[in-house]
Amino acid sequence: MTVRIRRAALHGALALMATISLGPFLWLVCASFKRDDDIFRYLLLPWREPSRWTLGNFSALWRRYPFFDWLCNSLFLACAQTCIVVVLSSMAGFALAKYRFRFRRLLIGVLLASMLLPYQVLLPSLRLMMHQLGWINSYAAILLPSSVSAFGALLFMQAMWQVPDELLQAARIDGCSEWRLWWEIALPMVRPMLGAYTLLSFMASWNSYLWPQIVLQSEQKYTLPIGLANMMAMGEQQIPYGPLMAGTLLSILPVAALFFVLQRDFIAGLASGSIKG
Amino acid sequence: MRFADRCDIFLGNDILRMGRRRWLPSGLFLFGGHAPRHNMPGTARRTLWSFQSRWAPLFFLLPFLLLLVTFLLYPMVRSANLSLYKVASPTAMRFIGLDNYRFLLRDRVFLGSVLNTLYFAIAFICLQMPLSLGLALLLNRPALRFRNVYRFAFFSTHLVGAVFVGVIFALLLTPRHGPVDRAIGAIFPRLGVETPWLSSPILAMPAILMAALWISVGYGMIYFLAALQAVDPQLYDAAVVDGAGRFGTFWHVTLPSIAPMLRFLALVGLIWAVQLFELPWVLFQQTTGPAGRGLTMVMYLYIMGIGVGDLGYASAVGWVLVLIILLVSLIGLPLLRSREAR
Repeated sequence: MTVRIRRAALHGALALMATISLGPFLWLVCASFKRDDDIFRYLLLPWREPSRWTLGNFSALWRRYPFFDWLCNSLFLACAQTCIVVVLSSMAGFALAKYRFRFRRLLIGVLLASMLLPYQVLLPSLRLMMHQLGWINSYAAILLPSSVSAFGALLFMQAMWQVPDELLQAARIDGCSEWRLWWEIALPMVRPMLGAYTLLSFMASWNSYLWPQIVLQSEQKYTLPIGLANMMAMGEQQIPYGPLMAGTLLSILPVAALFFVLQRDFIAGLASGSIKG
Repeated sequence: MRFADRCDIFLGNDILRMGRRRWLPSGLFLFGGHAPRHNMPGTARRTLWSFQSRWAPLFFLLPFLLLLVTFLLYPMVRSANLSLYKVASPTAMRFIGLDNYRFLLRDRVFLGSVLNTLYFAIAFICLQMPLSLGLALLLNRPALRFRNVYRFAFFSTHLVGAVFVGVIFALLLTPRHGPVDRAIGAIFPRLGVETPWLSSPILAMPAILMAALWISVGYGMIYFLAALQAVDPQLYDAAVVDGAGRFGTFWHVTLPSIAPMLRFLALVGLIWAVQLFELPWVLFQQTTGPAGRGLTMVMYLYIMGIGVGDLGYASAVGWVLVLIILLVSLIGLPLLRSREAR
């Protein structure tokens, strides 16, 4: 009997925590289908009056804000950023793990140290650089500075240590070029980590706000976080609750979808990478 | 052995087939798109081959290194230099030595932002660690039903970007009608009438903390869960034999075993927390919050650098931030190492 009570208490506590975790999502979904004056009147949806449900928030996003532009910009930037970061850091990680060359330890030391450096300290000088290069309000200013990830290179280095040297040597003897050693042997062998890191960098780019906000100036070029944050802060005007919630919902969905695809790799990769410190 | 299996597959089959697979345009002969070309004379082929294997690490590293130097090392040096200037506009700068730092020490707004940041960081760590660990302990039962569902539910909050969390919580925290106040009102009918979460100076930080914890408790839980599953089960058996109670087992077996993870998460969490920017920035609608209680160091850097336009002063703020993170890691990293060595 006590076992049963204890189990019920455990599930009760867990369910309560899960409600706190998922509740805001549920509320968000409901809020994006409510009219502005109903948002706080009903906790979730006005179930008894389906006529009060509305898709108006979504259409308002399209009509009143350049939301579609923001969505496309975010998608483009996140995809491009992810490709660049993953390719560059896996190449660097492969070189660091599988070759011996001069200054290798020095380079690893520099990378380790730069992981501790808060990137915000670079913002003023980067901003000045972008100004002098004439890159203000261009996507090159977002893509290039964030394409170098010390964390990623070290992560791939750690993962690719497991690729046996004998295997690479055997492939070399069979006439495999160094380039393909990386692409066709090392990368497939670190697949779980690759999946995790891909998702991680996609999320980082999709959610990044501070640097894009500094560089981008015209509303058409904004990304989703900038657009939504500015919708929040319209000064004296009333906050457009409905469209804001609808926009937030649409901004969370792509990451959630990607997470579902890569989920198993992701949590496994996250945990295994951390255990080794 | 999955790993060995994979090696076998690679050694046995795939390498033999590699010549026929085309992943790269053949123009990239330097790295050898595919097997050496047969229309090339033998010596040239050999030279190319030895060339590419000798310089391969350089080619793999070159793009990364170029970007590292241009967009990380150079800006770092530049920002150290920039912090010695007074900047009115990108073309009008005046060298003022250490005056920026001298002024920082007397800048009340800046000192307020440092206090806010430290308050947040310490409160955040003190709340996040026990909550994450508690959740992980509750979930660390292999026979638990819906275990993966719970795990997913707790972790999913971490997928949402800080800006979006700020937007959601700004609405959740609406006084009286917002869900948070409704929940409080439902549990304590006399207390939760109208809580000015985002407009009272005392409640500003708890509001930020609430949002920050919502993001990161589940994330910490995943790490703790991994650490808990790595604890040697024999230790638990030994504890049972020695007659240790529930609490004793936790204190003497579990806690020491997961201590490295505890320190690692504390360090990472602290570094994350002192860089707080988006949450208060969005929650308080791009202001410094009631009575400046939402102002963090990075926010001040942004306001001074981009809003006011003094990039030199902003760099100085940035270097104070570096100093704080350096102090935290200098204290934290040796602790981390010493444990791993044992």
